[in-house]
Amino acid sequence: MRGGGLRLVFAALALAALVLGMPLLKPLFATLYPALERPFYEGDSFLALTADHLALVGVSSLAAVLAGVVAGILVTRPAGAEFRGVVEAVATMGQTFPPVAVLALAVPAMGFGPVPALIALTLYALLPVVENTVAGLEGVPDAVLESARGLGMRPAEILWRVELPLAAPVILAGVRTAVVINVGTAAIASTVGVKTLGLPIIIGLNGANQAYVIQGAAVVAALALVLDLGFERLTAALSRWRRV
Amino acid sequence: MIAFEGVTKRFGPWVAVDDVSFTVEDGAFCVLIGPSGSGKSTLLKTVNRLVVPDAGTVRIDGEDIAALPAEELRRRMGYVIQSVGLFPHWTVERNIATVPSLLGWPKARVRDRVIALMELLHLDPERFRGAFPHQLSGGQQQRVGVARALAAEPRILLMDEPFSALDPITRGTLQAELATIHRQTGTTIVFVTHDMDEALKLADRIAVLDHGRLVQHAAPRDILARPAGDLVRDLVGREEWGLKRLAVETAGERARPANGGVPDGEPLPGDTPLRRALSEMVSRGTDRLAVVDEQGRPAGVLHLGDLVRP
Amino acid sequence: MIGNRVLFALAVAAVAAAAALPFLGFAPNRLLSGRPIPLSAALELPWGLAVLPGVWLLAAPFLRPGRGVLAATVAAAVLLASGLLALAGHHAAQLAALASPAARTSFGSGFWVLEAAALLAALDGVRRLGLAPAARIAVGAGAALLLAAPLLAGQLDQLSILKEYANRRDVFADAVVRHGVIVAAALVPTLLVGVPLGVLAQRRHAVGRVVFPVLNVVQTIPSIALFGLLLAPLSALAGAWPGLGISGVGLGPAVIALTLYSLLPIVRNVAAGLDGVPAPVRQAARGMGMTPRQVFLRVDVPLALPVFLSGLRITLVQAVGLAAVAALIGAGGLGAIMFQGLFANALDLVLLGAVPVILLAVAVDSALRLAVALLARSPA
Repeated sequence: MRGGGLRLVFAALALAALVLGMPLLKPLFATLYPALERPFYEGDSFLALTADHLALVGVSSLAAVLAGVVAGILVTRPAGAEFRGVVEAVATMGQTFPPVAVLALAVPAMGFGPVPALIALTLYALLPVVENTVAGLEGVPDAVLESARGLGMRPAEILWRVELPLAAPVILAGVRTAVVINVGTAAIASTVGVKTLGLPIIIGLNGANQAYVIQGAAVVAALALVLDLGFERLTAALSRWRRV
Repeated sequence: MIAFEGVTKRFGPWVAVDDVSFTVEDGAFCVLIGPSGSGKSTLLKTVNRLVVPDAGTVRIDGEDIAALPAEELRRRMGYVIQSVGLFPHWTVERNIATVPSLLGWPKARVRDRVIALMELLHLDPERFRGAFPHQLSGGQQQRVGVARALAAEPRILLMDEPFSALDPITRGTLQAELATIHRQTGTTIVFVTHDMDEALKLADRIAVLDHGRLVQHAAPRDILARPAGDLVRDLVGREEWGLKRLAVETAGERARPANGGVPDGEPLPGDTPLRRALSEMVSRGTDRLAVVDEQGRPAGVLHLGDLVRP
Repeated sequence: MIGNRVLFALAVAAVAAAAALPFLGFAPNRLLSGRPIPLSAALELPWGLAVLPGVWLLAAPFLRPGRGVLAATVAAAVLLASGLLALAGHHAAQLAALASPAARTSFGSGFWVLEAAALLAALDGVRRLGLAPAARIAVGAGAALLLAAPLLAGQLDQLSILKEYANRRDVFADAVVRHGVIVAAALVPTLLVGVPLGVLAQRRHAVGRVVFPVLNVVQTIPSIALFGLLLAPLSALAGAWPGLGISGVGLGPAVIALTLYSLLPIVRNVAAGLDGVPAPVRQAARGMGMTPRQVFLRVDVPLALPVFLSGLRITLVQAVGLAAVAALIGAGGLGAIMFQGLFANALDLVLLGAVPVILLAVAVDSALRLAVALLARSPA
């Protein structure tokens, strides 16, 4: 447990160092790539790119979590049970669609820019969140639900005090999947006219500037790892009762 | 007082409970018994409205429970099920405190109540208060389940095969403790089981159900003396009927005045079941035992012949 | 009274989309944005009859959903989905006859909503019928065939995506092959390394404790970043030993990165599959005198096969998508067409790259699900 927390701290420090200290590496890249005229990406600061990247991932994931959890709750209530089959099938099938293709399709459908990318990312992130919300709520043992009702809890009390806390680790696993995928897809979103950490990578690949590629890739990779570790910690905190 | 009046429940074409009427008196220990599929659990659940009857009425103290909000009704009674259903993410303390918290009791009162209940059910508060359910044995979990059901001092306790999943020794201990709790609190208990020995041990009234119909509703010794039909005879066990019969009467009831001396050996307390008295006679190799009352004063002599007197 | 609220919701959405959203978009050339064409404008006889199954779908929500009604609904929904395609193609052809060859007709948002509603109605019907997995896949295959029919018949040739295809027939064919080659080239080392590693990880927990965290980290790193990070060491390698034929860009790094990604699902599912073999079964096999080798081949392998196949399914579906991203480092494939379209603002080109990627992923997924379903049915 302590090791996990420590890993997260180290990864976060490494990310912060990369984002803030990238300019200090300028001489290093100049030495590694003497042939390049400009071996350091200076179009935007890495801090600004990271902020834009996180904004895209954060807004899309948050919207997906809100919509996905609500949808998952609705289809597991008696009133919405009829819709569950279709919702589950769409979530399963939709996840076979490669995220990069979904992102690309946003352009013919809605045009270039942040809003179509945001919508594509949100729709994609919805799928694992809905799937895991349904699975998590379904996983609550019948005996627990029966005793909750038998003790006189109202449906809303059962949902908030029993079902959601018990389903939280599973729901969170879906959110984690969605966020990690979105970090990668957001990087590719630089090809559909959104400024993210993918921009130095794309510019570098198109202009044969390996230094740009490495700078962008290192930050994106660190960001994904930090978020993943963060979710791992959060999951552990929410399911502490299981491991005492 | 719980009154079932013509209660009927169907699931699709299947009639789970069929026009059942009887009354459970205040403070009674009523056991619902029958083979699986006889509708005993369904009938129990009509009391806290986890099952809503298709026809008929359930009244508590004369009031039709259909008129009450379901949650309010349930908070007034305890409910214990076979699979326990403790909230796995809550500590033992918080599990027991569920209903008092829902009812908004002050924190200090909830705390005191939890500790009192843990002591009542022989769970060391210091050791188990902060434990999570998965850290407890099956028997301990069901003790917490019973404590949780009793937390808000309900006047009615509903128990759906609460001890069926436990090993025989734990089951026996918990049965004895439940009988004590019943005597101490005077709570009305409705208890579902398929085990006639358990029913005879605990009940003061037994309701036998078969295919959703009430076959017999009587005191345990009347069930044994006059079983209504083959099903009840099967339930009481044709081979061991006599021994079961001995289990529901006590030595004090059958002992005769000690004219002409008291036999040697450790005397039996008057509330010893006759079955136990027979066992003592066999193991001591005697046909007579001295009987004493609650204060330890001589209360007569039990002869082997007294056991078979009609 | 509403007997099927899912169908009712879909019908409402479909009617609203048909009334308010453009069925097609018509542009004088591929760079200008289109003029919307509503469904009503396309509803001329005889092809307008293609929407006739929709009438049943509007009535079906109010019927009691018995098996007959459900089966009819599935059939009507698939026919409608196919009919809408044919109708769009027919109207595109009519428009093309009157316009210059540069003019483009593309699907509008109304078309997509209607198509999605029809397919979801079919899906809901299939779910409610409660068919066995194999039967469900058979229905899916039938539906896919019916949907492909207008395409195969050339009915859609005047739609923009197929005009784009006609212009780049050779490039497209090469890209599909290349895409398959990338996936296949990554699969071979994945299986060669992953299967033994999975067996080892299941038998020696120390191996699993090292392998799984490493592979998990790899899975977490976004594909574009991993491709980027592999560039430097690989070009250094290429510089040091030019004879190896490796370079920083192209097929090499794509295959290496794909292999790294593909290892986790394979190793994990091989280990999980073997873990799932009940110990008493193994003991019984040993007790009957099987050698360890026989136990592995006759007991472990057959029992672990379905879990392994579902790992293979995850790997392949993932690889189809990753191969598209690999186009960014010059690996080619369908992703190249897609990104070329994005960089050149050519939307039809984007479709020509992205739609086949999705179809390929869905096809791979269905094929392996079918394999697992058939395996589950067979007595072995």
